[in-house]
Amino acid sequence: MSTVIFLVLRRLRTPLLLISFVYTIATFGLTVIPGVDDQGNAWQMDFFHAFYFVTFMGTTIGFGELPYPFTDGQRLWALISIYITVATWIYTIGAILHLIRDETLRRAITEYQFRNAVTRLREPFYLICGYGDTGSKLVDSLARRQILATVIEIKQERIASLILGDQPLFIPRLCADAGDPENLILGGIQHPMCAGIVALTDQDSINLHIAITAKVLNPDVKVICRADSHEIKANMKSFGTDYVVDPFDTFAESLSTALHSPNQYLLREWLRGESGEPLTELTPVASGKWVLCGYGRFGLPIYDQLIEAGIEVQVIEPYPEARNAPEGTVTGWGTEAVTLEEANIRDAVGIVAGTNDDSNNLSIIVTAMELNPELFTVVRHSEHYNRVLFENSHADIIMAPGAVVAKKIRTLLTNPLVDHFLSLTRAHDDDWAAGVIDTLRRVSRNRIPELWEVSVTEDHADAVYNAVTGGQQITISQLIIDHTDRERSISAVALVHENESGSFSMPIGDSVLNAGDRLLFAGTRGSRSNMEWTLQNHVALEYVTTGEVQPQSYIGKWLFSN
Amino acid sequence: MNPEKVVFAFTIILALTVNFGFFVGDMHLASDHHVYVLYLAIFVNAVATILKFGDRSQIGSVLLAASLVAELHLVAAAVVWGVANHVTEVGLTPTVLASIVSLSGGALVANLVSVTLLVIETVTLRR
Repeated sequence: MSTVIFLVLRRLRTPLLLISFVYTIATFGLTVIPGVDDQGNAWQMDFFHAFYFVTFMGTTIGFGELPYPFTDGQRLWALISIYITVATWIYTIGAILHLIRDETLRRAITEYQFRNAVTRLREPFYLICGYGDTGSKLVDSLARRQILATVIEIKQERIASLILGDQPLFIPRLCADAGDPENLILGGIQHPMCAGIVALTDQDSINLHIAITAKVLNPDVKVICRADSHEIKANMKSFGTDYVVDPFDTFAESLSTALHSPNQYLLREWLRGESGEPLTELTPVASGKWVLCGYGRFGLPIYDQLIEAGIEVQVIEPYPEARNAPEGTVTGWGTEAVTLEEANIRDAVGIVAGTNDDSNNLSIIVTAMELNPELFTVVRHSEHYNRVLFENSHADIIMAPGAVVAKKIRTLLTNPLVDHFLSLTRAHDDDWAAGVIDTLRRVSRNRIPELWEVSVTEDHADAVYNAVTGGQQITISQLIIDHTDRERSISAVALVHENESGSFSMPIGDSVLNAGDRLLFAGTRGSRSNMEWTLQNHVALEYVTTGEVQPQSYIGKWLFSN
Repeated sequence: MNPEKVVFAFTIILALTVNFGFFVGDMHLASDHHVYVLYLAIFVNAVATILKFGDRSQIGSVLLAASLVAELHLVAAAVVWGVANHVTEVGLTPTVLASIVSLSGGALVANLVSVTLLVIETVTLRR
């Protein structure tokens, strides 16, 4: 605030000085010019009346000639004074208006408001740098889960879209360069409630700078970064960035999972999806040769993953030498039938359209589908305004880097146990995953399941915590009992049980809970709120465990004890 | 030589001298305290206050505070004068005059602080 006040005072110095001068001269003049009173005696105006007159004259209010009618000398002076004082006022008002429109002042005010809003935050929040495609998706899903965020974005129009967007929470935002550490401090990087900082700007170098700034200014804060290039990724890892998300590597890995273990792939997609949305399905892929168009930043990791999985890959690339494409690469874009024929598209089982141009990618899959309608198509989607085109393209997998990053980071921030669960599933085969998928389908009624974490602590599960510390045995299957009717169970399933001896995926219902255990459940939103009762309310817990409801009031207890 | 500094120092010192000019004399003798001098003192003090606006340094803030105190005293003196003459119509009795002069004495002290600070600032500035 002090900056704003000083700026205003400094700018208003000249107008205020001018007004003091003009008023002093005008008032002084009136006191020395001779006048007459109502009896015709010589009379000189005193300061009190002179200042009174000048005050209403200067602001053109004009009550008239007070206290006695003026002499001509006084009128002459008043005439001159009117012009001077009015002109001074116009200048002053102009200066004030100019000050209000002043860019520096407005910037100082927005900065002040942002700083204030951030300082007032009393709950954990995430500092999101960059409100582009990924950033906006992330902020949306955080806000939907009532998780606070602050946003720093360099482009004014993106900030405008945040202001116009209908967020359920107030998101403090600042239009500024996130590469400047000062702005990160404004955004709350040193705030005691800052839970993490997420760097999602368009430039890798700025993301790197944000990561190192965060590590220097607040080593305890969780840092999550997007990095498109391997060098930057390695650099970020070197100083302990907690998570580096590379959209291309992430996608290549999930594509290869989709090919060799489709159920594992679906499991991942569902657990990282937005709960309540329809389930994504995957058409089974025949084994055989794949065609990959574009051997760049997107194509390279896919090529590596497919080759590693023992799949034959034919690459189409316009600049094979410059990009070090493997031998036997067909030169061309892949948009024409000739090139695709040359790559034996008719014998292939799948095609990846991975150039950095959306129109080319669409053209590739349309041409390829004409030549071979049985193809499994994977298409890369870069510009978000083309979304409607891609949704109607009937491609089997659409890969948008922004969405991939947003999904992954959202899971990391909102449900860290999900990531843990997914890493546990790697140890199992695809049939095991198929079993999990069937269970999920059943408990979530064919929608993307709602996921929630339960920690057996006093804060989160008061009733259960008190019961287990009091020596009572509570099992996972008891938590799944409906607290309104003991005969029924809610549609939920435990995915992870983490206790002192380690963590277990798909725990059996008889697993006993201890204080400090953490659990991950999947189910519907309704069953989540149902379970909250059992967790928090000791009457509900007693009912689900014993089937009895004990009286709670003093009178009730007294009556029943007799 | 910086013309801005000259104007600044001039105004602050002038505020003190004019203030002193009004204050000095017999406390109960109206002829020793002329209304025009008070008027001039108020004006010069106002200018000095405005000139100090927007200075973010520590000494600048104290200077501004001192000027505001002086201005407050002088305006209070003027209000007492005006009320005595026009509202209650008791006129410039020795009691009224004494309050006016003591108020201007308070302003004088504040102005002295201003000038002292100005001198300190100049002395610490070894250029």
